[in-house]
Amino acid sequence: MRDLNEADIEALAIGAAILGTGGGGSPYIAKLRCQQALRRGERIRLIALEELDDDSLVMTLGGIGAPTVSIEKLAEGGEGLRALRAQEAFAGRQVTALMSSEIGGGNALEPMITAAAADLPVVDADGCGRAFPEMQMTTTSIYGHHSTPAALADEHGNVVLFQKAVSEVWYERLARSCVVTMGGSATGAEAPMSGRHAKRAAVPATVSQAINIGRLVLRANREHVSAIPLICAEEAGVHLIDAKIVDLKRHLRGGFAVGEIALEGIGAHAGSRASVVFQNEFLTFERDGTVEVCVPDLIVILDVDTGHAISTDLLRYGQRVAILALPCHDLLRTPEALAVVGPRAFGLEGTEFRPLPPRPVPVQSLSILPEESP
Amino acid sequence: MIRIGIDVGGTNTDAVVMDGRDIRAVVKVPTSADVTAGLMAALSEVLASAAIAPTDVGLVVIGTTHFTNAVIERRHLSPTAVVRLCLPAGQCLPPMVDWPADLHEAVGNHVYLTTGGAEFDGSPISPLDLPDLQRIGQDIRHKGLGAIAISGIFSPVRDEFEREAAAILRDAVPGATITVSSAMGQLGLMERESATILNSSLHALARRTVASLREGVARCGLTCPVFLSQNDGTLLDAEAARQFPVLTFASGPTNSMRGAAFLSGLQEAIVVDIGGTTTDIGLLSKGFPRQATTTVEVGGVRTNFRMPDVFSIGLGGGSVVTDRGTRTDVGPVSVGYRLTGEALVFGGRTLTATDIAVAAGWADIGDAACVRGLDRGLVERCGNVIAQRLADAVDRCRLSPEPIPVVAVGGGSILMPERLAGLEVRRPAHFAAANAIGAAIAQVSGEVDRICSLEAMTREAALAEAEAGARDKAIAAGALPDSIVVTEREDVPLAYLRGNATRVRVKVVGDRVF
Repeated sequence: MRDLNEADIEALAIGAAILGTGGGGSPYIAKLRCQQALRRGERIRLIALEELDDDSLVMTLGGIGAPTVSIEKLAEGGEGLRALRAQEAFAGRQVTALMSSEIGGGNALEPMITAAAADLPVVDADGCGRAFPEMQMTTTSIYGHHSTPAALADEHGNVVLFQKAVSEVWYERLARSCVVTMGGSATGAEAPMSGRHAKRAAVPATVSQAINIGRLVLRANREHVSAIPLICAEEAGVHLIDAKIVDLKRHLRGGFAVGEIALEGIGAHAGSRASVVFQNEFLTFERDGTVEVCVPDLIVILDVDTGHAISTDLLRYGQRVAILALPCHDLLRTPEALAVVGPRAFGLEGTEFRPLPPRPVPVQSLSILPEESP
Repeated sequence: MIRIGIDVGGTNTDAVVMDGRDIRAVVKVPTSADVTAGLMAALSEVLASAAIAPTDVGLVVIGTTHFTNAVIERRHLSPTAVVRLCLPAGQCLPPMVDWPADLHEAVGNHVYLTTGGAEFDGSPISPLDLPDLQRIGQDIRHKGLGAIAISGIFSPVRDEFEREAAAILRDAVPGATITVSSAMGQLGLMERESATILNSSLHALARRTVASLREGVARCGLTCPVFLSQNDGTLLDAEAARQFPVLTFASGPTNSMRGAAFLSGLQEAIVVDIGGTTTDIGLLSKGFPRQATTTVEVGGVRTNFRMPDVFSIGLGGGSVVTDRGTRTDVGPVSVGYRLTGEALVFGGRTLTATDIAVAAGWADIGDAACVRGLDRGLVERCGNVIAQRLADAVDRCRLSPEPIPVVAVGGGSILMPERLAGLEVRRPAHFAAANAIGAAIAQVSGEVDRICSLEAMTREAALAEAEAGARDKAIAAGALPDSIVVTEREDVPLAYLRGNATRVRVKVVGDRVF
């Protein structure tokens, strides 16, 4: 267990945006809320998966809804706590720790706000190791956990409990329509799982991983060097290309509304052309007619100068970007996982998932880089 | 019509007299601490230079960085009460939570959260609590605050809550100036609210400044209308400038880019405006500055203004040269307005970029004899550093490998080489006064913002009708019909109203008939 401070949260927001692979929503508001909690004297404590008892109760919690609503209708503040208490009342048991369902984007930080208020620890793990667009696309769900009973809370004090949905897809549909009625954004808490299941099915050490990525970007900015080689070295990543966006179009492909970015190499990559297909997140990277990287491996687009993530809504013509590929966790590479989060699940028929070489050393829980360079 | 464009910068004030498309006179005088005196000096000098009578002038347009600088330097800001209509939502982060501490301190922490505000479809989050607003008004009055900012959740979709709250506070706090966030633009509560607070805190300064500018113009014997230039390069009348000083925040870069387009006759170009301390680089597309798509920071505060996509590097005529053995650098430190005292060519002791330009034979300024003894190798290395930094900056702006001309403007553009990264460089006549020329050629706009029912008409027809209305307004304000283009067009469905109601907003701009 270790306490996170404001600087850790700053780094986490940067790293979470990078692991969002273009999606996941901006962590900006959640970051400010975590920092406010720390200034009030609340604690944000990070606990390793290994530290959890098998019989402990771990609950995922986060924001649900449209990002355009959440930047306008800021939360009341107690939504997460009310969802947590509703779950505990229904289960008749206290929750031991909270966890993020996706480390990519704003929901990396959402559980910390509620955990700080309830004085619970947050698990150094999540359900994706990146960001995915739908609720059933989590490792905890893929490996047998059901999201219901689930609770949704709004700013007025309404709490809606979904006692049982017959499938994850049904829960997704029920929750979405409830969120619209709640004004387009709400806080959701999914069914608590056992510590045993979390240890088996959650992607480990991803909070540490995101903080470390953020640390490297901040360090690079401070020392006026490029963050890209630092991130690649830390993450066993591949620096695919430095490029300029020369076209950006959105169209239908296999029944899905997708976007495509045309890229032209710059600097050492001058003369080469590539493209990236995205839905909510970046799905494939293609060069010379060959798909070199595809989902669930991570395709990350960074500002070539600052090393900060560029999300799909901020992409624009003429931007100079660095594109990296980072290997996803082995939990996303099994046949069961690929059926839910592989290329076919995104309508990319004919694209085979050819995994990147895995990272040689897994991230260690709670192994956070020091704030200053050594 | 004869008109005068004036750019009041931090260091110099430039003024031009234009008659139609002809530039009749250009002058540059040092900016003075006394706004009226500085303006009068520039006006009388440019009138004399053009040999025209004050009464011949039909229009004065002033571009000023006064209000941006006040925010950046945290000066002349009024303590401001902030009333957010949001409860029970919106409590998790108070207003100004992400502001730099010194700016927050300058504006004070007079924050009130109360009920009101709308959902995304315009339905109320909660009704306004009138007694609570009365109590807030009394408290503001008791504290003696003269500036109020009101922000309501989803007010760009439905602004009644803000308007009603403003009416109550106007009665409760006589004489207070009030800005409502729906007048400040788009969705994104924190950014819109921050812009609203900055606007309110600048009210007192705006009132004084606009009065000083009007007085300076009148005391020079001019009887014509006075306008300020705003972020999108259009005219802002003096009364609107008093109410919305933040709308002038980006007028500097906008004027210099529009002036560069006018002087060079180019519609597509990269404009490099080299000043004393910094260089601003932006892209001109169809004669207009390309707009930024992300949040723009002003004085460390995130806002969501529409502003030109301009980025700055720390290189200008006053940039100081550092030479440490293997590493030669120019800037970012600059002697700024002290250039005429500190540069070698002016008899000073600091080696600056201007000295390099003179030593290299690019320009003839001051006394060239003062730099004759400089090491040729050093001059060459500095020249390469300057060219490389400008080339990198220009390359960042290019959208395609197709060649695009580079237009160099601003007093420091003597630093610009003849060719840059293989691109042709143009340095048009009067390049140093591009800002003032941009102000003089400011366009006029017309805007329609109304709620229509889409039961009897299609969305396309509603937009077309609004566009026609906006065009009529622009033409009435003096726009040439053929020059009018649509700059903003949006429709927001208002599900809370019956009859398929939609808010339709269209803004057009056009060149003035001169």
